[in-house]
Amino acid sequence: MRYNIVYSFFGRCTILEIKSLSVEVEGKTILQDFNLHVSDGETVILFGPNGVGKSTLFMAIMGFPKYKVKKGKIIFMGKDITHLPVSERAEMGIGMSFQRPPSIRGIKLQGISELISSAKGNGKNIEYYSHLLKLENLLNRDINLGFSGGEMKRAEIYQLLLQNPLLSLIDEPESGVDIENLSVLGRAIKNCCIKATICTNGKMPVLLLPIPGLFSII
Amino acid sequence: MPGLLKEKIDVRDYAKLQQVGFDLEEKERSATFTLMNHDEVKARKKATGVELISIAAAIKKYPEIEKKYLWKLVKKDKDDYTRSAAEAEKLAGYFIRVKKGHKAILPLQACFFIKAERFKQMVHNLIIMEEGSSINIINGCASADYVKAGMHIGVTEIYLESDSYLSYTMIHDWSEEVEVRPRTGIQVEDNATFISNYITIKRSKITQTAPYCHLKGKNATGIFNSLIYAPENSLYDVGATVLLDGKNSRAEVVSRTISGGGEVIARGQLIGKRKDIKAHLECSGMLLNDRGYIQAIPILEARHPDVNMSHEASVGKIAEDEIYYLMARGIPEEKAISLIVRGFLDTKILGLPAFLEKEVEKTMDMLENAI
Repeated sequence: MRYNIVYSFFGRCTILEIKSLSVEVEGKTILQDFNLHVSDGETVILFGPNGVGKSTLFMAIMGFPKYKVKKGKIIFMGKDITHLPVSERAEMGIGMSFQRPPSIRGIKLQGISELISSAKGNGKNIEYYSHLLKLENLLNRDINLGFSGGEMKRAEIYQLLLQNPLLSLIDEPESGVDIENLSVLGRAIKNCCIKATICTNGKMPVLLLPIPGLFSII
Repeated sequence: MPGLLKEKIDVRDYAKLQQVGFDLEEKERSATFTLMNHDEVKARKKATGVELISIAAAIKKYPEIEKKYLWKLVKKDKDDYTRSAAEAEKLAGYFIRVKKGHKAILPLQACFFIKAERFKQMVHNLIIMEEGSSINIINGCASADYVKAGMHIGVTEIYLESDSYLSYTMIHDWSEEVEVRPRTGIQVEDNATFISNYITIKRSKITQTAPYCHLKGKNATGIFNSLIYAPENSLYDVGATVLLDGKNSRAEVVSRTISGGGEVIARGQLIGKRKDIKAHLECSGMLLNDRGYIQAIPILEARHPDVNMSHEASVGKIAEDEIYYLMARGIPEEKAISLIVRGFLDTKILGLPAFLEKEVEKTMDMLENAI
């Protein structure tokens, strides 16, 4: 597979190092001998056609068991995390915004927000970030249940901001988002990009232009 | 003035009682009925607009009720359990009459408690909702921590006269070897609404119940919700049968069941007999491991061409993508599972007033330890 790393500058310390990683999904090899290096403050944007393995890479970094690492290593903050459970990776500082998040009955967006922010000890952020992403009306709803495509994406970025990870994995943040909310989302993503970020985008770079946050980074 | 209810109850039983929504202080309750084994504990509060006495006292006071109401909605020879209740020497249980037009704001609470090993508790309850009356009843049924085995047979007959409203919430918390056999019959007249909420998350040897609800009047409504978590070595066979016999009557039977290794049979039977009735049945089941099983048995029976009846049933294991989604937010696996389970057994579907929902939530809070 081929990736074009559109933008990168070498920051201070290494956040993520992926060494000759091969990943298999349901018996099919998706990634082979993949290498990547991400430093603090660096933003990496991955482009590529559908099915090339962008999301697979994220799932493997996050540690979803369905995505089996057959070879290679994932090193985060100097520690080999290749075989750590998902929640431990999240706790260490990896956060992910899902391309297609599941909806969960009976768990409110507010509830999960509180769990995330109490772990981080910053309850005030719920108010701030939900306002930033215009999500106030969704806090009392079951997570992702009946959300529009754009609402889902905003809720994903919102949770990511609450998590305040050292490394943000942002999977197709703009798909399904209407023009008006693209700028809302873009501004929010800009917040993530202060730290190390890997972002995917299925479209041509020119289509990213309406996202001010991303645009300014590019 | 009679002493505090709290003072007459064994301190060892406080925690268990509170777990099934029992308010020892009687502060947020309009009236209280407490049965320890077969002994009634006198409550302090005297309710207005509501008559709450033991069934034995009621028969003495109003001899006519025996012929008019008892064993009419539940047949004596329905099964071995009703027969043994009919033959019981001592008649325990409550008589509740909510007076015409009285709308109680605070709920009435009742508790059936087994506090002796191998005790066989047999109860006969009668509820009469007079015209236009309205109340919430919360029933807590439990056995003491120090009791392992026992049996509870509860016959309950409920009459809703026209325009009345009864929300009847039952929380069970029995011990591992207790056998539970409630037998309930309900009759609903014009424009009246009956809501039953059944909640249990603890182990009992077997709990088998199937209330029969007769929607007799026009615009009568019957709603049955159950939230059940069946731990290992437990069997829950629960369901409701609703006969929609009144014009425009409406029924809804919803069960959300989870097997944590126990066996669950979720039944529901709706019988549409009259024009323009509307009925819906929903059984959702979730399996947490491969040790237990869930059987959903939804039955729709239409006896008139102009009925609107539907059902949906689903049984499956807990969704992995939901677990990992939560884990990706830094929530450990066990916590993620308990959150999903808790969300699945969402108390919001019960439509309870806030102060009662709070009680049910307390029960659900214990799920985390139960899983």
